[in-house]
Order: sequence, then C-alpha cells, then structure tokens
Amino acid sequence: MANNIEVGEIKYTPKDFASDQDVRWCPGCGDYAILAQVQRTFPKIPGIKRENIVWVSGIGCSSRFPYYMNTYGFHSIHGRAPAIATGIKISRPELQVWVATGDGDLLSIGGNHFIHACRRNVDIKIMLFNNRIYALTKGQYSPTSERGKITKTTPYGSIDYPFNAISLALGANATFVARSIDRDAKHLQSMILRAAQHKGTAFLEIYQNCNIFNDGAFRLLTDKETKEDHVLYLEHGKPMIFGKNKDKGIVLKGLEPVVVDLNDGKHTIDDVLVHDENDASLIRAFILSHLTDHPDFPTPVGVFRQLFQPTYDESLNQQIKDVTEKLGKGDLEKLLFSGNTWTVSDN
Amino acid sequence: MGNEKQTEEKQIREVTVRFAGDSGDGMQLTGTQFSNTTASLGNDLSTLPDYPAEIRAPAGTLYGVSGFQLHFSSSDIYTPGDKPDVLVAMNPAALKKNLPDLKPGAMIIVNTDSFDKKNLALAGFETNPLEDGTLDGFEVYEVPITTLTFNALEDVDLSTKEKARSKNFFALGLMYWLFERPLDTTINWLKEKFKNKPVLIEANEKALRAGYNFGDITERFTTRYKIEPAKLPGGTYRNISGNEATAWGFIAASVKSGLPLFLGSYPITPASEILQYLSKYKNFNVRTFQAEDEIAGITSAIGASFAGNLAITTTSGPGLALKTEAIGLAVMTELPLVIVDVQRGGPSTGLPTKTEQADLLQAIYGRNGEAPVGVVAAATPSDCFHMAIEASRLALEFMSPVILLTDGYLANGSEPWKIPHVDELPEIKVEFYKDAENFKPYARNENLVRPWVVPGTPNMEHRIGGLEKANITGNVSYDPENHHEMVKIRAQKIQNMQKVIPDLEVDGDQEGDLLVLGWGSTYGAIKEGVERARKRGYKVSQAHLKYLNPFPKNTGGVLAKFERILLPEVNMGQLAKILRSEFLHHGIIQFNLVRGLPFRSTEIEEKIIELFGGGNNGQ
Ligand SMILES: Cc1ncc(C[n+]2csc(CCOP(=O)(O)OP(=O)(O)O)c2C)c(N)n1
Ligand code: SF4
Repeated sequence: MANNIEVGEIKYTPKDFASDQDVRWCPGCGDYAILAQVQRTFPKIPGIKRENIVWVSGIGCSSRFPYYMNTYGFHSIHGRAPAIATGIKISRPELQVWVATGDGDLLSIGGNHFIHACRRNVDIKIMLFNNRIYALTKGQYSPTSERGKITKTTPYGSIDYPFNAISLALGANATFVARSIDRDAKHLQSMILRAAQHKGTAFLEIYQNCNIFNDGAFRLLTDKETKEDHVLYLEHGKPMIFGKNKDKGIVLKGLEPVVVDLNDGKHTIDDVLVHDENDASLIRAFILSHLTDHPDFPTPVGVFRQLFQPTYDESLNQQIKDVTEKLGKGDLEKLLFSGNTWTVSDN
Repeated sequence: MGNEKQTEEKQIREVTVRFAGDSGDGMQLTGTQFSNTTASLGNDLSTLPDYPAEIRAPAGTLYGVSGFQLHFSSSDIYTPGDKPDVLVAMNPAALKKNLPDLKPGAMIIVNTDSFDKKNLALAGFETNPLEDGTLDGFEVYEVPITTLTFNALEDVDLSTKEKARSKNFFALGLMYWLFERPLDTTINWLKEKFKNKPVLIEANEKALRAGYNFGDITERFTTRYKIEPAKLPGGTYRNISGNEATAWGFIAASVKSGLPLFLGSYPITPASEILQYLSKYKNFNVRTFQAEDEIAGITSAIGASFAGNLAITTTSGPGLALKTEAIGLAVMTELPLVIVDVQRGGPSTGLPTKTEQADLLQAIYGRNGEAPVGVVAAATPSDCFHMAIEASRLALEFMSPVILLTDGYLANGSEPWKIPHVDELPEIKVEFYKDAENFKPYARNENLVRPWVVPGTPNMEHRIGGLEKANITGNVSYDPENHHEMVKIRAQKIQNMQKVIPDLEVDGDQEGDLLVLGWGSTYGAIKEGVERARKRGYKVSQAHLKYLNPFPKNTGGVLAKFERILLPEVNMGQLAKILRSEFLHHGIIQFNLVRGLPFRSTEIEEKIIELFGGGNNGQ
C-alpha cells in the first residue's frame, strides 16, 4: 500500500487499525469519514505502536468509535472520558491516549472534566465530533446547537446560547486547539497528525454531519459552491485569506477584525493578519475563535493555538522521580516502624 | 510558696480525659500530644476527637467548642470512654457544653482568665458557674492559664496574641504532671515541627514546662495519678488513627501486589486525610490525583485500573453517591477498584464531622441494575490498615470493585497498634495475562474472574466498556439470554469471594440465648459492654462482621445458634434488614442510635441487662 511508511521495525497500514467489529453508524454519517481519516493517519504517526494506543470514549453515537479501532479501547460512561483518559495517561505515561467524544458528552455532562483536562495540560488528545445535536438519544438540542433551533425538546425553538467549543478550550488554557471538518479529508488528516504530535492536551473539534437528526448543519462549510467563501484555513505564518479567488482577507483594526477585499485598491496582502499559532497572547486566538458562525466572517479551521508547556503527566512523574531520589525508594517496613514507636517485651 | 509540698500518688486503672476549648485553642493538637505521650508509656488507649464543622467558629460560642477525648488504661480498652473523669475547659462555652457528659464528681480544670462577662454571656451563663454553685460536687481547679502562660513567656520575643496561643501547652504540661507523663515526646515533636521557627519551640516548651511546674508547686494540687503500662502482647507499637492506617494499608497492598498505587480523589471530610497522607509517599511510586470532583476521582481511578494499577478512590457518603454510576462501570468492565467511604452523618451534607453507619445499604445495593460489589468494613482505627489490604486483595484477585467502609469515628480516632512486619502481611496474587493466542477478554477462571490484560501488551488489543458483554468474547451483546447469564455470573463472582475470606468468629459461648452482633466501628463499645455484662454474670456472646458482601460462609450457621441477636447500629437498622432477608432469623433485636456519635459501652451493657429482664438475672 502506498501509505505504508517505515518506522523502526513496524509498518502499519490503515487496515491494521481497523477492528473486526462491524461499523454500525447510519449510512452517510460523518463519523465514517472521521474513522477513515484516523485509520489513514495513524500509520503516519512517528514511532507509533498499536499496543500503546488507547481510545477512550463516553456515550453517544460518536463514542462508539473505540470499538472500531484495533487498539486498546474503553467505551465508558456519559461525559467521563477525559477523566478516565487522565487516569490512564498519568499512571502510564508511555501510552498514547485519545478521547472520542460528542458535543453533549464533552460540553454538557462532561464539561467539568473537559475544562480541567485542558487546564492541567494532561497529554491526551480529545477529538470532539460536533454535530450540534444529541444523536444517540434521537435528536434533542445540544450545548452547541444554535439559538432558535427546533428539535424534539425545543419545539418552539431553543432559547439557549450555544458554547463555542474553541473559545471554551482556549479559555481553559488548552495548549493545542484546532478545528477541522469531516468532509475535508486532507485537512482532517493533517489536523489528526498535528494533534498526535502535540505534547499536552490537544483539542480537535471536528464538524460532523448527522444526516439523520441534524442534516446539513455545516452545509455552508462543505458545499462546493459556498465553502470557499465560508471557510478560512488557518496556516501558521500565512496571511488569512479566503474566497474562491483568494481575494478576501482578515484585517485587524485595533481589536476589531474586518473582512477586506484585496481587489478594492485600498488593501494589499500586506495588510492581512498573519496567523501565529504560537502567539502567547490569548486575545488574538479569541478574536479568531469568535469569527465562528458569524454572518460577516468565514469560519476558521486549522490550528488556532499551540503552546509548549510541561504536561501534567510529565510533571507528576518527574516529581515521583525527584522525591524518590531525595528520600530513597520507599521501604514499607521502615515506614511502619518510623516515628513515635515503643516496644513492649514479651512477658 | 517556699515549703516542700506534699503530694500523694494514687494508682488507678483507667481514666478518661477530655480537653475542650475554642476551635482556635489547639485542643486537637493538645489531645494528640497527650495521646502520643501516653501511648509511648505503654498504656492502652483510645481517642475521640470531636470538632465543629466550622473551621474557626466565632470565639467563645458553644458551637465553636472543639473537644478531644481519650481513655487510657493499664489494661485492654476498646473505646474512648463513655463519661470523662477529667475535663480541661479552656473557656465557659467548653465548660457549658461538656458539663452534662461528666462523671459525677469529675475533676474540672478551668482557665479562669476566660471567665469574663463577654465569654460567660456567649456561653449562655447568666451567672458565673465558678461562683454560683453550678459546679458543686465536682472537683474544680481554677487556674489562670492565660496569665500564667504570659508570665512564663515574659522574655520570649512574640506578640501578646502569639503568646496566648501557647496556653494549650501550659494546660498540657499541667496534665502531664497530674498523670505523671514525661515531657520529652512533646518537646521532640516541637523541635521537629517548628525547626524553622525556633521562637515557637521556645515559647511552647516554656509554656509546657510552666504548666508542669505549676502542678508541682501549687498547693492546690495534692494528688498525682499513676496508670501502669498495659500488659499488651510483646512487640513494637505505635499510635495510629484510622485514616492514617487506611493510607498505609493501601501502600502495603501496593507493595504486596507489586502494583503501583493510584488514588483519584476529591477532598471531603472526614476522608481528605487519606488523600493528604498518600500524596506524601511519592517515593513509594504512589500517584495521587486531586480530581475536579468525585466522579473524576473514581473515573480516573478506573482508567488507572484499566492501565494496570492498584487503583483506589476515597470519599464520604455524598461522594459515594456521586460515584454510583462509575462503580457500575467498574462492575461491567470487571476491573479491580477499591472505593473507600469514610461514613459521616447524612443525608445530604448532614453532619460532616460526625460519625454514622448509614451508608451500608448504599454500599451494598446503591446502584442501577444488578451491580454487586464486595463490601468490607473496618472495626477499629488500626483495623483500617488490614481492611485496606483485604479490600485491595479482593478487588485485585476478583477483578471487581470493593467498597471499604470506615467512618468518622474510626478515621479520627486512634489507638496503639502492634506494628506488623511486612512479611507477615497477606500476599496478593496478581498476574497480567499475556497469552495472546488464547486471549478472550471475558474468559473466566474457576472463580469466574476474567483475565487482566493491560494496554501496552502487543497483539492483545481489545475494547471494554459499559455496554453488556457477551460472556467469554467480551463483544457487545444485546442477547436476552446472555444478559441473564452475565447478571448471574457477576453475582456469583462476588459470592465466590467467600472462598477466600475468614469465617465469622464468636467470642464467648458458641451457642446460646444472646449474641451481640456488630459491624464496623461499634466493635469497641460492644466488646466493652459485653465484657462488663459478663462480669455481672450475664451469659452473652459477641461476633463482629468485617465482610458484609459477601458474608462469611458460616454466618447463617452462627446466627442460627442463638435465640436472640442484639444488633447495635448507628443507623436505623440497615444490617438488620439484610440479615433478616438473607437468613430469616426471627430473633434479631435492633438497637439504633443515630446521633452522630458512637455507641457508649454502658449503653450496650444496659441494653444487654434489659434483655435479660433487668438487674437480677445474672447468675
Ligand atoms: C448518565 C447518562 N445520562 C444520559 C444518557 C443519555 N445519553 C446518551 S448519549 C447522549 C447525548 C449524546 O450526544 P452527543 O454527545 O452529542 O453524541 P452524539 O450521539 O451526537 O454523537 C445522552 C443524553 C446516558 N447515557 N447517561
Ligand atoms: S444518528 Fe446521526 S450521528 Fe448517529 S450514527 Fe446516525 S447519522 Fe451518525
């Protein structure tokens, strides 16, 4: 297979990552595309060993994902995957731990675990399948559903304001924050690979079409005729231009982003904001995340931010090493008999 | 006071002392120091701290009173004592709150400096109890503890406020004199504790010595009490609290199983200390993870268990409620996990700092679906060590969640513990399965236990989860017959723990009219109550359940040998309910007191006598 690449001794193909279980999503579901891109990308992860991969998920259509990967897998309970993944990773740092989750699973019932995983910078990769609906429970609105949405539990339109998952992850200080789209195979693959190679909490939001309960939620971003005008591909060090003819750009006026026409004679490519993933300031990352779903702006995809900071698992295991070096390896007998003791002689 | 003072020495067998003061007065510390010194003299002892839920309740108020009781003796004792013989009251509120508990004629040492108008009013005294006859019949010693502490610290370079904080050491010194205890244990402790603040060593040591000398030279104190060392079995001892014993038990289980220990936990009274203790022992390859909530505490532990650790989570009742769903996941995925519930008064936030035994039904039954788990309970503070090892052993050898029940009384109470040697501790057999050829994730051994294969093992990649599994293959299965089969297998697997747990032992006659049966922390009060009743001629046996699910296999047989079974519980009869339904015994007599307090041994004694028809049935 053309995709084979050599890493040390082991060569994997996408098939090596497919389990023997029948995939049971609805025909046409965006989850298939995501699974395919993961299976295509994993062989390309430098140094990957199948036995060291663990997929953890919660509950939802998306959370069936681990069953279809021929790796270690744990399909757990609703919302808790980030916490389970944390326990695995910090106790076995050599494992590569991935989370497959949905917008209800991660942002509603699991919201707490999500923000705390981000804040701690545990080295886990979180793939959010965002279909903006509760699919497994057959079509109730979710924390990413747009306001006014009519669903089974919002017959007169939802009155909730949605979460912007990217903003949430940024606000919780995730060190890798990215977005992609189920239909954009190449981009999705590149984002998966980037997430895999990041050290720290990697958050990848994937817009996923649920053709049964929320069909077309991302149509503007995926349809041939509209996508170029509605998607902004973020690339590190490149100006933020978009549009069919690549003639529109994002310009910052103070802290206000505006879309300019590069053919209007007033603006040139040099005016356009250049993307810096490693920007230490959160402000510009937030400005970008807020372009999402804005009627006047394209929705950005790509890596919003990547920072390099010590991870929780690394720091914990370093502490164990340091303390062990300082105090010596624990000796239970010594511990039990330490401190205030006294001896009673046999009488 | 020039003349040599005459002091008499009185030999006594046992005494119960209570230190009480404002929650800022350092009474817990004073009590702990007295206990450690007393323990090192070889007395048997048992302690009961009693502190308010508020960290620093307004000074001088009744609800801000913090107490520490200890009972020590020259013979075996099992409880912190029912009614104090000695009360040290640092302020009027402490006197007011504790007066009703004292033995008639008890000794009361009061800090008169705090008996001013304001404090008397805060305590609700209309007139000064030191003057109005309230304390008639008690042996009262009025000591201006604060003033004497200031005098002793005259040359110490500290503010008045800081000096006042040493007054508990003055009181401690006086008690050391009264009960003939040496000062060195406490002085050594001070030197270690304040090694970076020498002025505090100086101040507290001076206060301590001043208290001691005050006893020595003051005419008012004429008697000192001597309590000979107890005749404990030979060995090396230490004083240990339940929470400390629990933490160490898990370290021991980790050593004995050869698995690294992982604790995922969220702080909650009275369980937080276990997390605090274990976070110190990183050089034992112990990983502690303070999670964002109880659910993350247990689920991180489940992750760690999947990854091949001895995984535990620690909490109290409200936290156990939050962990419910995740325990079900561990049942379904058949992963080893120990859940510690240090029970406290409930429901809801309840009585956070008080003790109770009302989580038994929650532990055994409190989950959706048929979700059996092992349940064990510790009987005394030091027994927490052994039961933590037992809980770990059962969890690991049966690939199942096991709940260890302790409670606030055990957690904070302490007793001398004959330290075991590591090679005397039970072995825990764990083997990760490595045979890729024949691997089926839900294959079973003779005890119906499935193999443990940890991530990182080549060619054995597999998936587990909370959906029902097909037996043997572990694939997701919705088959009705399979589900019924799996429900039975999971139940039988827990039942199989019976094969490796000890029988229920009866102390006293093996059959007869009355058995007093208990579980958990009632052990000491029952033991003492039964012994007293026996001394008065009553024929009564005792048994104590430490394994609650499954019960030891002889349990039904033991119960059947007795006409009547008295079952004291700090709940409304939870074990009684289970025993009645499991063993159909008609003679179970409930004895339920749910006050946030342990039983007193006299309550058990009186109940036994009542069951024999009053005072004269002894033989
Ligand atoms: C404790 C608990 N509450 C509720 C549910 C029901 N439930 C299952 S999946 C789900 C929402 C799924 O939505 P999402 O996470 O967006 O995943 P999707 O199915 O859309 O992939 C809910 C509410 C459950 N399984 N467990
Ligand atoms: S319901 Fe929607 S999300 Fe679920 S499998 Fe079907 S298409 Fe996919």
